[in-house]
Amino acid sequence: MHETDMTKALLMTLQDWWDAQPDRPTVAKVHLIVGQFTCVEPVSLQFAFEAQTRNTFLAGARLEIQETPLIAFCHPCQQEYRPEIGIQYACPTCRSPMEEIRSGRELKIDRIECEESSVCT
Amino acid sequence: MHMTHDVAMGINLLHANEAGAAHNRAHFDQWGITCLNLMSSPGAGKTAVLEKTLAALSNSLHIAVIEGDMTTELDADRLRQYGVPVIAINTGRSCHLDSRMVSGGIHRLQAEYDPSQFDLVLVENVGNLVCPAEFEVGEHYKVALLSLTEGEDKPLKYPIMFREADCLLLTKTDLAPYLDVDLAQIEANVRQINPTVTIIAVSAKTGEGLDAWFDWVRSTVQSDRRAPEKILANEK
Ligand SMILES: Nc1nc2c(ncn2[C@@H]2O[C@H](COP(=O)(O)OP(=O)(O)OP(=O)(O)O)[C@@H](O)[C@H]2O)c(=O)[nH]1
Ligand SMILES: [Mg+2]
Ligand SMILES: [Zn+2]
Repeated sequence: MHETDMTKALLMTLQDWWDAQPDRPTVAKVHLIVGQFTCVEPVSLQFAFEAQTRNTFLAGARLEIQETPLIAFCHPCQQEYRPEIGIQYACPTCRSPMEEIRSGRELKIDRIECEESSVCT
Repeated sequence: MHMTHDVAMGINLLHANEAGAAHNRAHFDQWGITCLNLMSSPGAGKTAVLEKTLAALSNSLHIAVIEGDMTTELDADRLRQYGVPVIAINTGRSCHLDSRMVSGGIHRLQAEYDPSQFDLVLVENVGNLVCPAEFEVGEHYKVALLSLTEGEDKPLKYPIMFREADCLLLTKTDLAPYLDVDLAQIEANVRQINPTVTIIAVSAKTGEGLDAWFDWVRSTVQSDRRAPEKILANEK
């Protein structure tokens, strides 16, 4: 259920952007960067996006999701490591807790591909 | 074939929600209010802790509650008995509160009361261990609750809320004798994910640990956030 809400939040953000564009472009693709240490499941997000964009300005637009892994940085060891989500987050070498996260928390709209209006019209 | 051109965005997927949260927080700051967002899986004891909190603190602090409940007013009615304003937000099928819903609640509070009289707004989120942590509502601090009956592994399996929490209440400690649960293990699992979170074990039933929780709540209502005239009024 929560991907539906996440999609709604994404659509609100995209709507705000689109409303501010004077040329109201046709959106071909939306590129997202989604970290593995977030509550978003890409497959469900894809599915919800297709369902919820019907009959909107985003109808027919595709969603491209690039996933980023969870990477933490251990300060005592001065090195990056990959926590095992669901199992172990502390540093595998020295057992320090996961303090700094370098990647994996992203929930970002990276870029939007728009149709060239000169070609479409 | 269609030609396309790229528009660089680089904005958060939840940008619209975060903008709303910033708006809400600006209102709270302007009125000198501290806002706490209480989150947990269904039934971990959010309303029970709120009842005890209102009973203990509503004499010394001016408190209002924003209550997110899927469909009913049951929780809101439980809390109204303590004589504080309770704004119930019907979240419908949504599994978390978002900043727009809370904004509606804030504006209702503003319409019915002088908002600058309040010191503290307590938000009870929808029972759900996954999403609420990603949706800011304008809170200054996040409080997560985990009841002992849920098991030691939950912080590992649903890490985001525990990572984001400023305070974690381990609830229903009165049930410990009946369960095979290792409190120290829960704490160790949480610490792996969030080394700085304040962890307080409480029982709303026996009252164990609640004083430490009340102290933590009071500490969040910092004098620097309260409007100057309120500090004067309270300290006279
Ligand atoms: N034994 C015991 N039971 C508790 C305690 N706190 C809450 N409960 C019980 O747990 C159940 C759920 O408590 P609530 O306070 O309604 O939990 P909640 O998190 O507000 O639930 P939702 O809002 O529905 O997500 C109720 O039956 C409470 O009586 C406690 O400290 N000890
Ligand atoms: Mg409740
Ligand atoms: Zn290390």
